[in-house]
Amino acid sequence: MARRTIVTDYLARVEGEGAMTVELDGDRVERVELRIFEPPRFFEAFLRGRSFLEAPDITARICGICPVAYQTSSINAMESLCGVEVPEPIRLLRRLLYCGEWIESHALHVYMLHAPDFLGYESAIELARDAPAAVERGLALKRTGNDLMTLVGGREIHPINVRVGGFYRVPTRRELRTLVEPLERARGAALETVRWTAGFDFPERVVDCDLVALDQPCEYAIERGRIRSSAGLDLAPAEYDEHFEELHVERSNALQSQLRGGGTYLCGPLARYSLGSAELSPLAREAAAEVGLGDECRDPFRSIVVRSVELVHACDESLRIIEAYEEPDRPAEPVEPVAGTGYGVSEAPRGLLYHRYRLDADGTILDAKIVPPTSQNQLAIEDDLRDVVARNFRLDDDVLRRLCEQTIRNYDPCISCATHFLDLQVERK
Amino acid sequence: MTRTVVIGIGNPLRGDDAAGVAVAEQLRPRVPECVEVVSCNEEPSRLMEAWEGAESVLLFDTVTSGAPPGTLHCFDAGEEAVPARTYRSSTLAIGIADTIELARALGRLPRRVRVYGIEAGGFATGSGLTPAVESAVAFLVKDVLADLEEERCTSAR
Repeated sequence: MARRTIVTDYLARVEGEGAMTVELDGDRVERVELRIFEPPRFFEAFLRGRSFLEAPDITARICGICPVAYQTSSINAMESLCGVEVPEPIRLLRRLLYCGEWIESHALHVYMLHAPDFLGYESAIELARDAPAAVERGLALKRTGNDLMTLVGGREIHPINVRVGGFYRVPTRRELRTLVEPLERARGAALETVRWTAGFDFPERVVDCDLVALDQPCEYAIERGRIRSSAGLDLAPAEYDEHFEELHVERSNALQSQLRGGGTYLCGPLARYSLGSAELSPLAREAAAEVGLGDECRDPFRSIVVRSVELVHACDESLRIIEAYEEPDRPAEPVEPVAGTGYGVSEAPRGLLYHRYRLDADGTILDAKIVPPTSQNQLAIEDDLRDVVARNFRLDDDVLRRLCEQTIRNYDPCISCATHFLDLQVERK
Repeated sequence: MTRTVVIGIGNPLRGDDAAGVAVAEQLRPRVPECVEVVSCNEEPSRLMEAWEGAESVLLFDTVTSGAPPGTLHCFDAGEEAVPARTYRSSTLAIGIADTIELARALGRLPRRVRVYGIEAGGFATGSGLTPAVESAVAFLVKDVLADLEEERCTSAR
C-alpha cells in the first residue's frame, strides 16, 4: 500500500489556531502530530513584577470562553497562600459565576462546534437550515450562561467584578431571582440536549489512559477540590508539580503535560464524570441514566453527551445556589500578602486548570506557572488520533480527515489557552 | 418608515475597537424616533434579539482587512453572505459574519441588513479613537443621518 500524507492546515470549529498531520505507510501510522502554531503569548512572563491582586484580571485575558476558570484558579492560589478562606456565600457566588461559564462554554461546543460532526454538516450554519429548533435551543442556552456571567461577574467576557478575597459588588437576592425563570427554561433545554445528543451515531471507542479531575466531598467539583486520578492519586494542589510535568515539543507552541516520568492522562468532562458522576444533581444523574450513560464514560465521542449532562447539572446547581442565596455581610475579605508559593486549581469547562505563583512579602509576583487543560490533554489527543487512524486506515483521505478532525474536537481543545491553537494534515507514504 | 435598528459593536476601552459604538452613540440623540439605537457585543442571541422584528438593520463594527485606517467598507448582507475573512476576528468563536449567516438560516435576519466596517488603526487600551478613524466615524454619522432623513418616519413602529 502506498505512503500517504493527510493534512489539515487550519482546523475549523476549535478555539484558536492549530493544524494536524498524519503520516501513513500502508497500514502503519508513522506520525501523528497536533501542531499548535498560534504564537506563544508569554502570560507567565508578564505576570512577573505585577501585584498579586492583578492576577485574576490579567489571566482572565488568556481566554474569551473560560475567563472565570483563570480568575478562580489564580484567586484560589493567592487566598490559600495568604491564609484567607472566604465565607460560604462568597464561595457559592463564585460557583454560580463558574456555572454560568460552564453553561455558555458547553452550549457553544455542543451545538455550534461539535454537533455538526455527528450530523454530517460543515458548520452550525448548515445545521441551522435543517434543524433550526435545535440551534435556537443551543443559542438560548448559551445566552442564559452569558446572562448569568453578566449579572454576577459584571460582564460576560472577562468579568470585572471578581477579586482576590471575593467580589467588588455582590448581587442582591432580587437581582439573582430574575435569573430563575431563564435558568428553569435552560434546564429544560439542557435535558432536551442530553436526549438529542444521545441519539447521535457513535463509533465504539474507549480510551484507557489515566483520568484526572478535581474531587470535593458531596459536590461535583468545579471551583475547588483535591486532584484525583483513576489510578489512585489524591493530591493537594500544592503537590501537582511533584506528579505532573510539562515538556516542550518542537511542533507546538504549547507545552505538553505528562505524568512525571512518562504517562498520558486526560482531564475534562470524561474525567470529571467518570470520577464524580455520583455527585451530580439527581436530575442530571437521572438524565444520564435515561440515555444509558453508566457511572463512568471513557468514550471521547460521547463526551458530547457528558457535556450535555453537565449542562443539566450547571443549570440545576445555579438554581439551587440562587434559591439558598443570602447576601454576604461584605463583598470581599481583606487579603494581606504573604511571601511564599501559592497553588490554585479549578475545573475549567475543558478540564483541570492549575496555577502556581511565588510572591514576595509585599505581594509582587516573582514567578508564575499556568497549566491549562488543553496542554494536559495534548498527548491523550495524539494517542487517540494515532489509534483512530490505525483502525481506520482503509478509509479514503477525505473521510479519514473528517474522522480525525472530529476526534480532535471530541476534546474541545482551546488552543488560545494552550499557547496561552489547530490545522490537520494526514500524510500517506 | 420601516422600523430600523442601528447597532454599534465594539469595546469602548480598546482604541479603534470603539468605532462602531461611537457611530451608534453619536447617532442616538439625532435619529428619527422610529429608529432604535443599540450598543452591544457580538453575542449571537443578543444581536438577533436586538434586530428582532426590524425590517432594516444597520450594523457598525471595526474591521482589519489591511486597508489604511479609517477606510470604510459597506455592503448589503440582506442579499449576499458576509465576507467572513474581513469580519473574522472576534473574542468569541462566533463572530458577526457567522451570526448573520446563522440568523439567515434561522429565518431571523431582517430584510435589509447593511454592514459598515471601519478599518482600525490601533487597539491600545484606553487610547480613544485614532484621528483617521475619528473622521471616518464623523463622516459615517452624517451620511447615515442623511439616509435616514430621506426615508423619514411616516408611521410609529
